[in-house]
Amino acid sequence: MSKIHVTTTVNGDPVEFLADPRETLLDALRNQLDLTGTKEGCGTGDCGACSVTVDGTLVCSCLMLAAEANGKRVETIEGMAKEALHPLQRKFIEHAALQCGFCTPGILVAAKALLERNPDPTDTEVRYWLAGNLCRCTGYDKIIRAVQDAAAEMRQEHRGAA
Amino acid sequence: MARDDVKTGYKYVGTRPNRPDGLDKVTGRARYGADFSLPGMLHAAVVRSPHAHARIVKIDASKALALDGVKAVVTRADLPTGLTGEDLNLQDNTLAGEKALYDGHSVAAVAATSQLLAQDAARLIEVTYEVLPHVTDVDAAMAPGAPVIRPGVADYSVPEGMHGNVARYMEFGHGDVEAGFAAADIVREHTYKTEATHQGYIEPHAAVGQMGEDGRGEMWVCTQGHWYIRRMSAAVLGIEAANLRVTPSEIGGGFGGKTTIFMEPLTLALSKKAGGRPVKLVMSRSEVLRATGPTASASMDVKLGMKKDGTITAGQVYFRMQGGAFPGMSPIGEALPCAFACYDIAALKHEAVEVIANRPKAAAYRAPGSPMAAFAVESLVDEMCRELGLDPIEVRLKNGAKNGSKSSYGPVYNVIGLQETLEAAKAHPNYAIPLGKNQGRGVASGFWFNHGGETSVSLAIGEDGTATVMIGTPDIGGSRASIGLMVAETLGIPYEDVRVNVVETGALGVNEPTHGSRATFASGKAAVLAAGQAIKEMCKRAAAEWEIDAEAVEWKDGAAHPAGPNAGKFPPMTIGEIGSKMGGSGGPISGHHEVTAEGVGASFGTHVVDVEVDPETGRTTILRYLVVQDAGTAIHPAYVEGQYQGGAAQGIGWALNEEYVYGADGRLQNPVFLDYRIPVASDLPMIDTVIVEVPNPGHPYGVRGVGETGITPPLPAVASAIAGATGARIRSLPCSPPKVLAAIKALKG
Repeated sequence: MSKIHVTTTVNGDPVEFLADPRETLLDALRNQLDLTGTKEGCGTGDCGACSVTVDGTLVCSCLMLAAEANGKRVETIEGMAKEALHPLQRKFIEHAALQCGFCTPGILVAAKALLERNPDPTDTEVRYWLAGNLCRCTGYDKIIRAVQDAAAEMRQEHRGAA
Repeated sequence: MARDDVKTGYKYVGTRPNRPDGLDKVTGRARYGADFSLPGMLHAAVVRSPHAHARIVKIDASKALALDGVKAVVTRADLPTGLTGEDLNLQDNTLAGEKALYDGHSVAAVAATSQLLAQDAARLIEVTYEVLPHVTDVDAAMAPGAPVIRPGVADYSVPEGMHGNVARYMEFGHGDVEAGFAAADIVREHTYKTEATHQGYIEPHAAVGQMGEDGRGEMWVCTQGHWYIRRMSAAVLGIEAANLRVTPSEIGGGFGGKTTIFMEPLTLALSKKAGGRPVKLVMSRSEVLRATGPTASASMDVKLGMKKDGTITAGQVYFRMQGGAFPGMSPIGEALPCAFACYDIAALKHEAVEVIANRPKAAAYRAPGSPMAAFAVESLVDEMCRELGLDPIEVRLKNGAKNGSKSSYGPVYNVIGLQETLEAAKAHPNYAIPLGKNQGRGVASGFWFNHGGETSVSLAIGEDGTATVMIGTPDIGGSRASIGLMVAETLGIPYEDVRVNVVETGALGVNEPTHGSRATFASGKAAVLAAGQAIKEMCKRAAAEWEIDAEAVEWKDGAAHPAGPNAGKFPPMTIGEIGSKMGGSGGPISGHHEVTAEGVGASFGTHVVDVEVDPETGRTTILRYLVVQDAGTAIHPAYVEGQYQGGAAQGIGWALNEEYVYGADGRLQNPVFLDYRIPVASDLPMIDTVIVEVPNPGHPYGVRGVGETGITPPLPAVASAIAGATGARIRSLPCSPPKVLAAIKALKG
């Protein structure tokens, strides 16, 4: 089966690779681009461990073909910290919002997408937004607190900047 | 160690610093099982039986091997023969022998140059099966006429006349049970059932293995215990343990399910056949659910006698548990001792059978056996409390085990905190919140033994006075932090100056896995004792320089000090100073401790849950949840709370949603997360925690271990809360909406 030439942008870097027509974006990120921060927990779009954004939209990268990323902007966990950690990343560490840490990249990517749309969510809104991201270790309590604390800090910074 | 020797007034122990592996885990840098790769690596896929029970007539791999890029196929014929006992069971589960014993049982494996190609090749391997009668339910497997799936499975303990699927029998007890029932005001007896559930770690099993024709191998694997992986893989492949070096990756959850092998040796067998090229094998989620350790399913009879004042006069249980198609995996040996562990009852009788059935080989799951036992016993205690109009906490305080009680399973409890957890639950504001319509409250207590186990830890002082700790228990939820805190406390140096590394099998003596709630207890205790050894050596170095006796030197705040005015007047010699001079003062300074750790402290907890049940749909909403548990000492309280909350969430999932659903064809009907539904964020409220601290005299800082007990009380507590809300008692988990709705309707007649 002939491969497809994919040209895309990942975390701001231009990349190109040859994709098997059946290859998922998740597998291309992990196996071709060595971006193993994005995880596979189920491969069926049920666990959210593979969450990335494509042109700003939150997707399960296991449900998208690599070829579909052609010409798109992909953002993964590896692109989240700039000069310093993103407030969500810092708050997850401070609140002990991770135990094994395997679901953490997907949850951080999903939570960032939430706060970009809704900077001041209720706990219930956070819970429903993250309902597609399974965590088996924490019972979600500290995750919700960390997201809310990061959101509060980001609102503060935003007000400071304005 | 007397209780007075347990230290208090700590500088680091009991604080909540950032975990050392936090940065790697929030940036995607941490390397889990599937994240590891090597040059020239092949990818593997496994062919699995679609039948619950079938004779394997023929395996034809010729079409697969004819594909370009397919490098090796292994079947049982490639593995050594002559294994016995559990080694044979492990080999049988790694690759089926004459028979496939459950839906998903691995039959062959193939390695190819890409993952997609390996999957294509697996589909081209033709297996001819002769389908055999199967049985998957625990009670059905013991019924007359059920197919005997492995003749001769019974061990010496099984009485004559039991069904051929019974592998093991246990009984013990004390007191006169009949007299106890006769003395009771009410005697009640019911049967309770729990379905198998899966640990549900989000990271599927993954391994990279490499082995040359000389039989020397290396493996990188996600596991709770890499020495277990080494021992088991070596046994299955017929190689020597020393010739296999196993490095643990970061681990994406385990909960007991990653303490054994499932497919790991296949990477080595394939690698050897493929000329030594490394082979990566990563399970899919459906492979994880179909073929890796779920817990046992259980059917349990319980009988209790109670006086009107709540005194429990006698108890009797008969548990039937199936742990899949292999003997030894059903946790009757844990479930029975856990059944009445929270109580001090004059007369008890325990009886259980282990049954095999056509299901995957069960593995440990967080306090194995205890949640089922608690569901049965704590549910009946609650039923009788409601019938007699008694407060469930008062009844537990009245009958509960205390310091010095003889436990239900024999040993005398030393210092335990059950009563303290009950008092704290009673005093918590949640227990006084008035309930509304369709709402109910459930209370239950739970127990886990905790475990010491084989432990080997080394510690080295750096030239700059920092400390590196080498441990053999993978960090599954913050144990690098907790062990780092205890070492910092002992050495008197900042937490940031201690680095705790999880090292491979070549770097330490044998370590048991991170299981049994033992990492912070056992590796922690050994690390503290290793630090003590290094301190002794550092005092010796200071003494030599000061030209005084080593006994005249004491260690405090990270420095050697003259022990008193008679020792001489010297300024303190810091660990940094000693470290910088160690080359000239006698060489490297390190400490080491290895032991089969003793002094475990039994763990007790009490949970209170409030639910609301929708009478139209039968759906249960958890309104609030309280976990109270004795930690002994909480070294890093945030991660202790995390264990309490995570255990509660898993127990809630078991109580409300999770179950293995087998069809009449013996196939697992729900091997994806969409259908095997673990709790999601919108299913749960915040989970309130109270950390009770009754220090364990068997640990230098009083640690008990906190990982497991928390999964135990939710099963009965949730079912009891539903009974409070609806009047309907669910005695068969899960309390799914259709089941609760049917029970409500049945009440209305």
